[in-house]
This record gives sequence, structure tokens and C-alpha cells, in this order.
Amino acid sequence: MASDALRGKGFGWVYGAASVVVFLAVSILVLPSDFAGSPNAPWLGVAAWVDRAMTWLVRDASIGGLALSDLTRALAAAAQAPIEAMQKVLAEGWVTGAGFNKTQILPPMSWLGLTLGCAFVAYRLAGPALAIFAVVSGLYLASFGLWISAMMTLASVLFCVLVALLLGLALGIRAHRAPHIEPVVRAIMNVMQTVPIFSYLLPTLLLFGYGPSAALFATVAYAMPPMVHATVLALQAVPSDTLDLARMTGCSRRQTLWRVELPVAMPRLAIGLNQVVMMTLNMVIIASMIGAGGLGYDVLRALRRLDFGAAFEAGMAIVVLAVLLDRMTQAMARRQSAGTTGTSGLRTGIILAGLVIVPTLASLAVPALALWPKAATLSIAQPLNDAVSYINQRFFDPLDSLRTFALLKLMNPFRDALQMLPWPLAISAVAVLAGWLGGRGAAFSVFAMGLFVVVTGYWSATMGSLYLTILAVLLSLALGFPFGIWVAAKPRMQQGVQLLLDTLQTLPTLVYLLPAVMLFRNGDFSALIAIVSYSVAPAVRYAIDGMRHVPPERVEAAAMAGCSKWQTFRYVRLPAALPTLLLGVNQTVMMALSMLVIAALVGTRELGQQVFTSLSQGLAGPGIVAGLCVACLALIIDTLLKAAAARAVQRNGVAHD
Amino acid sequence: MTNFGSSAPVALSVSNVWKVFGRDHGSFKSRPASARTAEAMAKDHLVGAVQAASFDIRKGEVFVIMGLSGSGKSTLLRCLTRLIEPSEGEIRFDGQDILSLNETALADLRRRKMGMVFQHFALLPNRTVLGNIAFPLEVQGIARAQAEDRARELVSLVGLSGRESRLPSELSGGQQQRVGIARSLATNPDFWFLDEPFSALDPLIRADLQDEVQRLQREHSRTAVFVTHDLDEAIRLADRIAIMENGRIVQIGTAEDLVTRPATDYVRRFVAKVPPARVICASSLIKAPVAAVSGLTVSGDATIADIASKIVADAGEITVVDPMGKPIGLLDRQKALETMAMKI
Ligand SMILES: Nc1ncnc2c1ncn2[C@@H]1O[C@H](COP(=O)(O)OP(=O)(O)OP(=O)(O)O)[C@@H](O)[C@H]1O
Ligand SMILES: [Mg+2]
Repeated sequence: MASDALRGKGFGWVYGAASVVVFLAVSILVLPSDFAGSPNAPWLGVAAWVDRAMTWLVRDASIGGLALSDLTRALAAAAQAPIEAMQKVLAEGWVTGAGFNKTQILPPMSWLGLTLGCAFVAYRLAGPALAIFAVVSGLYLASFGLWISAMMTLASVLFCVLVALLLGLALGIRAHRAPHIEPVVRAIMNVMQTVPIFSYLLPTLLLFGYGPSAALFATVAYAMPPMVHATVLALQAVPSDTLDLARMTGCSRRQTLWRVELPVAMPRLAIGLNQVVMMTLNMVIIASMIGAGGLGYDVLRALRRLDFGAAFEAGMAIVVLAVLLDRMTQAMARRQSAGTTGTSGLRTGIILAGLVIVPTLASLAVPALALWPKAATLSIAQPLNDAVSYINQRFFDPLDSLRTFALLKLMNPFRDALQMLPWPLAISAVAVLAGWLGGRGAAFSVFAMGLFVVVTGYWSATMGSLYLTILAVLLSLALGFPFGIWVAAKPRMQQGVQLLLDTLQTLPTLVYLLPAVMLFRNGDFSALIAIVSYSVAPAVRYAIDGMRHVPPERVEAAAMAGCSKWQTFRYVRLPAALPTLLLGVNQTVMMALSMLVIAALVGTRELGQQVFTSLSQGLAGPGIVAGLCVACLALIIDTLLKAAAARAVQRNGVAHD
Repeated sequence: MTNFGSSAPVALSVSNVWKVFGRDHGSFKSRPASARTAEAMAKDHLVGAVQAASFDIRKGEVFVIMGLSGSGKSTLLRCLTRLIEPSEGEIRFDGQDILSLNETALADLRRRKMGMVFQHFALLPNRTVLGNIAFPLEVQGIARAQAEDRARELVSLVGLSGRESRLPSELSGGQQQRVGIARSLATNPDFWFLDEPFSALDPLIRADLQDEVQRLQREHSRTAVFVTHDLDEAIRLADRIAIMENGRIVQIGTAEDLVTRPATDYVRRFVAKVPPARVICASSLIKAPVAAVSGLTVSGDATIADIASKIVADAGEITVVDPMGKPIGLLDRQKALETMAMKI
């Protein structure tokens, strides 16, 4: 890091300054005047090229005479079969005939059986608390009539997790074996993780057609990178002594992999699995938009009808599913690292099978066990809707004036100011900053990414995204950092807060839109609220972490020097925590950007909206390019903040990632 | 383990082994001898981690490699097992050149003939004590029941009976290394490699395990190469000690040789803290040969410290005898007392 910064200086401020001046002069004198300001039209038709490439790929591309689109459609059909089978097992059962001739061959798994089975596994993995939670969740899903949707979602999640897991493992193992391709894989994975979720949907939609299997492929592509990453890291962390052991005992390559490397890497792999499950759930919910069905679709449909109560019910179903999946996979990872596995063993298997099968068989005689009877279905949608409209009427004035004030006095002026910024000035300023913080390489890559945004014609939309991101991040930090710092000094509160943060971070992004829309309707203000509520969690978390890891000697030294509490904070704790806090800012930004795109659903006007609109119109080019612009924005901010954090580490000590 | 019979056949023969690290290590082989000095190699950014190592180890001998941190001990040991490829040289196990073996033949040789104990134990965290010990057998494709029987034998051999189904995370460090030792002996290897096996343990446990190794060697002596930087440990366990300095072996000999006839200043400083009585053997302090035993007898390979109480307790003559009980000569009491009084 030091050498980078030095190299940046070695490159020479003279040359740097000269190239900035030349660049500014050229862009102002040579470019047409509307272009030197804030261009709205693309300069290069990158989007059109991508469009043409996609069209070619879908229409004309062929491998050995076989059209690519035929191939992908066949793949889609092939993927359809297992997922339909899973949906039949979980939700529908096997039937023949239709209408009145419909006869059931096999019943679906009984809701009671699945709930009990899940509770049993939860009990073995994590104890009674999680088991009770599982039972309550199962009852909620069944009695509120959300069971079928939840099972559709679960079927997609299970299938995608399985595929992402296997592919991720295989790729990770390969990348680990060939050290020279590992950095390449990592770079690709990093970009993939910053590209917004919708951008994954576009190409798969074109290649695989509208429907559940397109959603599947998008989900797998989205959820696989963390598994690859986790696999590579896990294998790299296998101690060299252990590898020597494998060689000294004469293990073959296969034996080394299966009996030594993978078992030793298992705890870390299990953490990767947890990430894959959570990302898959998030994506499956979003992918409801392209016809995957399930709980996400229920939420969207209810939102479209402005039926907040129903949206809330489906949203809660997503929440319980997310929490349950997260806690169970985490418990599994913990058991792995403790070296115990609680769910293996024949007896456990038999009990589990019994718990699931008995109610399922019984459901042949008692239909209520197959599906909760319609007549007994509960709902709190109506009272909730009443409450929401009551609140909106009763508090219309304060809510609306808050919203109007924020929009007219703060948000819009800030957005307009950003959009008026002449781009040559903006990107050279950012590049100079990057050069100062991180050296020449950082400056060049930041500059190139900025230029990409300009030439593709998304400058103004990007500024629209930037303004929302900046406001959301500032708000999150203003709320999250003080709160985190305050909690860090209260050891007794920490556990509760950590649990809350964990839970908040497992919730799929779509859920965060609900409260904001209920209170403030569509628009930028709701989007801002939703983004802040999503991205405040990392701010709190990193603040706690940073404060907790201040070296105690320094604090004691300060106390001995007679510092007051405030002085200790200002001169000792804050500088020591600064690198961690900067990483926290980075994380907050990344979360805000990923939420930004989801927030497009409530009608923002920026990159997220461009992606979303192209998605609904099936336009690949603009959608992909706008998605890449979001990635550029994310990477620019990432570069700046990482470099700043590295500098802070150099001065103040350690960062806790 | 002293007074190693020099009549045993050579089991491991090492000649002129080099290991060079550095960006351009491939070019090392073509360097003439004159360009292989430390300075010449440093100029080309090469590190000679092991330089021109040559020695023979006899069957059943415990050969200890000693030296400061970074002197090349681990590198040498790993060259012997070909865990790293030597840059040059020849290594023969029972006459067989292992540098010429292909991958499968090498794996086969390691399976049959070698066992290794690691500094950080290298236990597999997902396997029980029994599973860990049976691992080398499992790799060879030996039936599970048979492998577990053998593993059970070893469990009791290293004193872990009753803990067979514990996981490594449920054992203390000393117990973990006992598992490591048992595992290294599972296949009953002829060659035993130990790379600082006890340096991660605290002193009392370390002494226990040193006793354990001595006992195991007494019961079934194997050709052992033992790396340590603990001189005390080396003296207790070694038949011969090789001292390394910056990649070169500067002296090979018994503890007594090193203390009484250090080859260089470096060795002298290395052994300066050793009380001579701890390493000098009775057989080295004989004043006159005798034909018949008279008075007390002491074994020739006992150190003066071992027999100190006899020397002090009785004023009569003391006869030194060989392992068969045949008298070698009379102990020079005066010299023995001087040795005991010598300042460290
Ligand atoms: N893979 C490697 N690449 C470059 N240099 C190496 C490598 N492995 C070891 N060395 C160098 O070789 C020398 C000998 O290292 P080695 O690990 O054999 O020392 P050691 O005597 O075992 O030390 P310790 O007591 O610390 O284990 C050191 O200078 C080390 O830096
Ligand atoms: Mg070493």
C-alpha cells in the first residue's frame, strides 16, 4: 500500500496535473457543447452493440450446427423437470387427469410433516428455541394460506442451492488447483457481486425464455460466486502440515481432495453454503418478476393492488423462511467447526422420515393435513389495511409535509446540483483523488470506469443513482455510527443488537420496501427510507467492531495520561477504529447500491429504473449496460474507500474485516 | 540413546544435497562450484537453504538435525522425504535412489516405509482419535475392521486407551501429539521423520513425550530423523547430532563429540551451556585396561552425570563394562570428578 502511494508520487504530480489540464481542455474545446456538460445521449452505442450481440446470440449463434437458443431452451426444459418434481413433492402432489377426472397418485408432503421434520432437525442442530421457531413458522405459513407459495419458493431455493453449491465447489476446486487462474476468477467474481441483481435476469430471460427456469439460471449465476470464493479460501486455509500429511501417507490426488482437503475445509465451506442459501433466497424472491411464482410474486401482486395487508403477510412469510434457513445453515456451520455433526446417523434419519411420512400418509384420510382448510384460513390483511389507511389519514399532514420538505428542500436540489456537474471536471477530480489515495493504477481504473459511464450515455442516470446513494449512506452513517459506538460501550446490549442485525441482514431486499411504501407511497423519498433501513445494519455492525477492537493498552495509556472520556474517544479510540469504520462505510455503500436497484420498483429515476424498465420491455442492451454502470459506480467508490482505509491502517493500526 | 553400534548397515544415505530457493532457482544446476558460495548466490537472489549436505544414517539410529531458526533444518528434512524437490544431490533409502522415482512409486515408498510427525500435529479435525490413527492404513485400502484393530493397538501403545472416540478438539496438545505419533507408526514404517514435534508443547509435556519416544525406540528401533532447536532434547534423544548453520552442516557427531571437540566457534557457542558431565561417557574416561571386574561396574555408554552418585558414594575402583557386560577398563576417578566440577 505504501509502495503504491509512493509509486503514485513517483508517477509525478507534474504529469498528473498536466494530463488533467490537457484532458479538460480537449473535452471543453473539442467536444460539442452539450456533451461537455452532462450528456444524456450515448456517445458510443454500446447498448446497441450489446443488444445486437444478444440478438445474434439468441437468433443465429450455433455450436456445431446446433443453434445456441435451441440448446439453451433444451437446458431450460431439462432444468424444469427436477424443479417441477420438487414442487410436486413439496406442494402439489402427483395427479393425473384434469378437472373432475383429477385423481391423486401421490400426496404432497403434509405441512404438518414438513414442519415437524424441520423442527426436529432444528432441534438437533441448534436446540429447542429454533425448533419452536420452526413450528411457529410452519403454523404461520399453513394457517395464513401461504403454504403453497412458500413451498414453490422453497423448491426453487433448494434446487438452486444444490446446483450453485456443486458448480461453485467444482469451480472453486479448479481455481484452487491452478493458482494462475485464481486471481482472474476472483476479479470476475468481484465484478459479478457488484452488478445489480436485475442485470442477471436479462440475458437469462432472452436465452431461456420467460418462466421459472430463466429465473433458475439467473439465481444460480448470482448465488454461485460466493461459493467459489468460499471454496478457494477454504482450500487455501488448509494448513500446509496437513497437506504434507496427505503426501507422506501416500494419498492419491482424489484421496487428498476427498479425505483431507474437503473435510478440513468443511467449516469454511459451510459458511459459504450459508451465504449461498441467503443469496439464493433473495434472488428467488426478486426473480418472481420473471415468472418464477412463489412468495415474491405474492408480494409484488399485492403491492400492485395497494393491498398492503396481503403484501405484509407474504412479506412476513419471506422473513420467517429467511430466518429459518439462515439459522439452520449457521448452526450447521458452527457444528462443523466444532467438529461435531448432529444430524448424521441412522436413527436420526429414521425419526426424521417417520415425522415426515406419517402425517403425509395420514393426509390421505384427513385432507386438512395435506392443506390447511380454506375455511379456517386466518388473515390480518384487512385490519392491517385499515390501520395503514388510518395512519395515513390521521397523520397525513406531518407525513406528507416531511416528505415534501425532504424532496423539495434537500433531495431535489442535491440531485440537480450533481446532474449539472460537467463530467470532465467530475471524473478528473475523482481520478486525482484516487491517485492521491491509492496510486496510479487506482487513478487510471477510476478514470476508465467514469469514462465508460459517460460514453454509454448514462451520466445523468448515474448521477441520479449517486445522489440517492450518497444521501442514503450519509443518513445510514449518521444513524448507525453513533448508535454502534454507543452500543459498543454497553456489553450487555451487544448480544441483542447483534442478533437484530443478523436478522435484518438475512431479510431479502424486497421486504424492506414494504414499510416505506405503506407510509410514503411511491417515489424517491420511499426509496431513500427503504435504502437507509437496509444499509444501516453494516454501519452499526462496523462501528461496534471498530470500537471493540481498540487496543486496550492504548486506552489505558490514555487513562494514565489523564485524558478525559471525550479526549480518549477523540484522540485514541476514534483514530484506532478509523480503518474499520472506513470499511464500514464501504460496506454501507455496497448495501445501499444493491438496494437502490430494488428500490427502482417504487419508481425512482436513475440507473436502477433503467435496468428495471429494460427488463420489463425485454431490452437486453440498455439493461446490461445500465447494470454495468451501477457496477462501475460501486467499483469507483470501492476503490476510493479501500485505498483510504489502507492509508488509515498504515497510520493507525489494524482493521477488522 | 548413546553408543550406537557402528556395525549396523547404512539405511539412509545422503550425498551432496542442495536446495536453492529464489526466482531463478532453475539455473542452479549449471553453476560451477566456484559460483556456489553464499555471496555469489546472494548476488543472483538465490537462497541456499541446504548446501552440500552429505551423511549416512545407520539402521536404527536416531539422527538429530539442530540449528537456529532459518538454518535449513526443515528444508533438509523435507528434501529427504522429497516433500520438496532437492535442487541437486542423491538420496538413497536402503540403497534405492528416491529422486529417480516417479509419483506413484514415491507414494508407494512413503506408504510402506515412512512415517512422519508434524510440529502442529496435522490431525484431521473431522476424525476421531481412532480414525486419525487408522488414516494411513485406510489410504492403503486396508479393510476398515483390520485398520481399526491396528489403530487400537497403537492407541494403547501411546497411552490413550479410553479416548478412542474423542475428536482432536477434545484433546490437550500433548494428547494430540500422541495421536500424531501413533498415526506415524500405524504402518510400522522403517523410517521415522519428526520435524520439531514437541516445540508447540510446554516443557513438562515435552519431557513426557521425549520419554515416550525413547521408550518406543527401545521397543522397536527405527531409523529416525529428528529436527529440533532444543539442545537438551537433542542430547536426550540423539545417537548423532548434525549442527546446521545457514544451510550448511558444520559438524556431525555424538553430543560428547560436539562438547569436547567442537569443529567451529559456532558449535562451541551452541553447546556452551551444556554441562560436560551430561554428555561425556564413562568409556571416554578410562585410565587403564582391565581383564576382570573389580568393585562397582558402570556401563560404558552411561554419562558421568548418570553415574555421579556411584563415583561420589564409594572410594573404591569402578570398572567400565560394555553392553555385553565385558570389562573395558577402570574409570579415571580424578578426571570424572574434574568433569563433574567443570563449569558450564
Ligand atoms: N519456499 C521457500 N521459498 C524461499 N525461501 C525459503 C522457502 N522455504 C524456506 N526458505 C528459506 O530457507 C531457509 C531455511 O528455512 P527452514 O524452514 O528450513 O529453516 P528451519 O531451520 O526449519 O527454521 P525453523 O526453526 O524456524 O523452522 C530460510 O532462510 C528460509 O527463509
Ligand atoms: Mg522448521
